[in-house]
Amino acid sequence: MDLPDTYRAMARIRRFEERLMALKESGEIPGSIHLCNGQEAIPVGACGVLREDDYVSATYRGHGWAIARGVGLAALFAEMMGRDSPISGGRAASPYLSDASRNFIGENSIVGAGVPIAAGAALTAKHRGHGAVSVVSIGDGAMNQGNVHEALNLAAVLDLPMVLVVENNVYSEMSRIEDMVRVHRLSERAAGYGIPGTVVDGNDVDAVTAAMAQAVGRAREGSGPSLVEAMTERLVGHYSGDAQQYRPAGEVAAAKEREPLARIRQAADAELTARLDTIEAEIAAEIDAAVTAARAIPFPDPATVTEHVHA
Amino acid sequence: MPESMRYIQAVNAALTWALDSRDDTVYFGEDVAIPNGPFGATKGLHKRFGAGRIFDTPISETGFLGMALGAAMTGMRPIAEIMYADFAFVAMDQIVNQIANIRYSSGGRWKAPLVIRMQQGYSPGACAQHSHSPEAYFAHTPGLRLALPATADDAYQMLRTAVTVDDPVIVAEARMLYPIAGEVRTDVPVEPMGGARVLREGPDVTVVAWSRMVPAALEAAETLAAEGIRAEVIDLRWLNPLDFETVGASVSKTGRLVVAHEANLTGGFGAEIAARVADECFEDLRSPVARVAAPDVPMPAAPVLQQAVVPEAVHVADTVRRTVHW
Ligand SMILES: Cc1ncc(C[n+]2csc(CCOP(=O)(O)OP(=O)(O)O)c2C)c(N)n1
Ligand SMILES: [Mg+2]
Repeated sequence: MDLPDTYRAMARIRRFEERLMALKESGEIPGSIHLCNGQEAIPVGACGVLREDDYVSATYRGHGWAIARGVGLAALFAEMMGRDSPISGGRAASPYLSDASRNFIGENSIVGAGVPIAAGAALTAKHRGHGAVSVVSIGDGAMNQGNVHEALNLAAVLDLPMVLVVENNVYSEMSRIEDMVRVHRLSERAAGYGIPGTVVDGNDVDAVTAAMAQAVGRAREGSGPSLVEAMTERLVGHYSGDAQQYRPAGEVAAAKEREPLARIRQAADAELTARLDTIEAEIAAEIDAAVTAARAIPFPDPATVTEHVHA
Repeated sequence: MPESMRYIQAVNAALTWALDSRDDTVYFGEDVAIPNGPFGATKGLHKRFGAGRIFDTPISETGFLGMALGAAMTGMRPIAEIMYADFAFVAMDQIVNQIANIRYSSGGRWKAPLVIRMQQGYSPGACAQHSHSPEAYFAHTPGLRLALPATADDAYQMLRTAVTVDDPVIVAEARMLYPIAGEVRTDVPVEPMGGARVLREGPDVTVVAWSRMVPAALEAAETLAAEGIRAEVIDLRWLNPLDFETVGASVSKTGRLVVAHEANLTGGFGAEIAARVADECFEDLRSPVARVAAPDVPMPAAPVLQQAVVPEAVHVADTVRRTVHW
């Protein structure tokens, strides 16, 4: 992707999240939402190097991954509005949605639980032998979940084509990473599994793309899993109701200078700025249309509530 | 003097009391110390008691519940917090294979005086991984004590009891009841463990409930009273130890039983109550025992679907009517 395209992909996620928050505030979104404002370069950089037959898994903070994976915006809005969306039928909402048609194994609202599942998708990919890979994103805090440790070691000993992306936004809910781990870099832990680990600036979409190209390429050629730690910052609360009193004064303001979209804007000349403005206008129209389309999707029929429990 | 507080404030008051009364009580869990707790249950405790008594853990439920057990076995009285009851499933080995077994499997040579605090149940728009009512899993496990407070006063009294007994106790609170205020008796001695409570007397039918279904049962009883059906409402409070005596005595009087819980129907604790009543009150029964519960589906997130599965006062009232008019 060239620059205007990556900007477009990231802006689509940002404006989606912003509109979602507005819809939450106006009462159209029933449950909690966990936004990824500021972290968009990670899913965009990662999904940019993926093939259609690759698998993607994320967390409750996974709207950006869904969008970067090509899941429809209207479907996402509708799911989060509690409507009968074509992806999860209103069963999952914001933190647990998936899209089987996009190989988007989905979000997970149990911290760390997605990693062993992603290892399973990597097992399928390896078994089929077509070079598909399984990419899974978690947060920094999830690195302390036993599940993640077990899955990484499994992936390592089985040489599974899996890439673990750790989005290090330095917070687990309201707790700081320094209080949660004693390593300086989470990627140092990769050595403990005998797999490569790298750290990248997760607000730099090109850096993410390069790191992911390498890790995904390695997995594709059968050399096994890797870990990519992407340093980033949340521009918003942990979830929609988070007043963020635990964040030091000025932290969010400083983060707004470093976030992926601002960074591109800061370096843009007049011509590029004009192009980016056009892109923003197009995205705004895209989001408006998606909300309108989502609102046209009916709520699920309560009579269907017991469907899909079993085959 | 009783004080008026919200359920969640009563939890805070009980925890303050617990940390105050014994130096060997420590409290830990995710976001409980510096951030004051995800729901405010531990507000002010870190400031007051310091990092040696209350601390934040990494997101490692298996690890810190095992740590609670090891500390309890060696002389501490830990209280560990599981943010949502759903996350207890991550640590089920420590709860079921370790914490619950150790006293028995050591022939009473070890004990595990620890408390696991959690909160459970659905809330509007919450997904299947944040809505479980897992009490039946724990009630099924010998060795555990299980408390489900339904009022602010019980949130205070039962948590104090829990930290005092020498068994592992799970205190499963109801998130939906956190904002509800009530009179809390902060000046009474610690209550003994166990005991159901008859909240409303009536000769026609017994309604047994716990957790969020207690206010629902009371509301149903009020509606039914206007129709001339006089329901006796029992808050079961503790599923272990189970006060079946209170339930049995009531059913022997009314001859009818409705059990209400938010958890899924099959294998829910309502089935246990029904079986005990069938066993011990068979001759007194005048109509079949009925259960009010969520159907056997994972909790959907969309409110229109939740409304189709989550039991409320109207469902209790409907079931009582069918039972009485059987
Ligand atoms: C097993 C489990 N424990 C606890 C939680 C509650 N919880 C949800 S998000 C979160 C913090 C996760 O932090 P991190 O992994 O850094 O991801 P981030 O939210 O920062 O993206 C916690 C503790 C959960 N959902 N699942
Ligand atoms: Mg984080």
